[in-house]
Amino acid sequence: MDSLASYFSMGGYAGYVWSAYAITAVVMVALALLTWRGLKGREQELKELQDIIPGRRGRSHDGVAEKG
Amino acid sequence: MHRFANPARFLRLASVIQPWTAAVTLLLIGAGLYFGLLVSPADYQQGETVRIMYVHVPAAWVAMAAYSCMAGASAVGLIWKHPLADLIAKSASPIGASFTFLCLVTGSLWGKPMWGTWWAWDARLTSMLILFFLYLGHMALLNAFDDPGRGMKAAAILALAGFVNVPVIKFSVDWWNTLHQPASVTRLGMPKIDPSMLLPLLLMGVGFTMFFVTVLLLRVRLEVLAAKIRAIRLTQIHGMPGADPSGEALG
Repeated sequence: MDSLASYFSMGGYAGYVWSAYAITAVVMVALALLTWRGLKGREQELKELQDIIPGRRGRSHDGVAEKG
Repeated sequence: MHRFANPARFLRLASVIQPWTAAVTLLLIGAGLYFGLLVSPADYQQGETVRIMYVHVPAAWVAMAAYSCMAGASAVGLIWKHPLADLIAKSASPIGASFTFLCLVTGSLWGKPMWGTWWAWDARLTSMLILFFLYLGHMALLNAFDDPGRGMKAAAILALAGFVNVPVIKFSVDWWNTLHQPASVTRLGMPKIDPSMLLPLLLMGVGFTMFFVTVLLLRVRLEVLAAKIRAIRLTQIHGMPGADPSGEALG
């Protein structure tokens, strides 16, 4: 337990080291998630638009045909 | 028609390679964290704070690589009017801005215990802050016009003009010998860094780059779809039954 505590204390610099890693993780995860949600949102929106326009069926379009 | 075919081919290619770039990203960053946080030793001068390097330096690399990518795509977009290039430039800037932000914040968290200050108007730090503002300006210009084409053009000119800043960042530590330490890895000859520290640094560096590639591909796909949606809505507003509502022209 002692060695674990000393590991997490980072030689007294825990605040600096873990903050740097935490903010990096938060920003990268947020960026990936927001981008992913944005893409799914657009896919949905495009699908709805194409569904209300007659004559759109059967003309499969890039990036829209594949579902995620 | 080649202009319209390219985005379609790009989308297909992107969705094929994306799972692989995502998997490689996770693997490399996982290995980088393992070696960086558990295996590599503390620095004899900087102690444990040296571990901040494994996120700080890769963030700086990606911040600059993303800018180069954005400037290159902007040039292609301006010269050849390739719609996909414009969308790549547009997609790269929020990612680049995020990594520049991370580089500045982690650098600050490293500077406080080691230099005794959160911030200094050192040449490297200042040029990195300018990079951050260039990204913000690029994103602002993109949305500053009613006509997205004009915004794209203005943003591309800013991206190209601002590219001078990239070599300034790179060589700032040699030209102005102020606070920030010189390069340890990307120098002529052998890297001036112990292999036990170089390994996690390179793993994280390539991992962050693959993360950039993965998110960039996702964002470009998003922008292609957004352009299509815009085109369909335009034809709806103008009520042109004969017009092709697929948005291929903007595809």
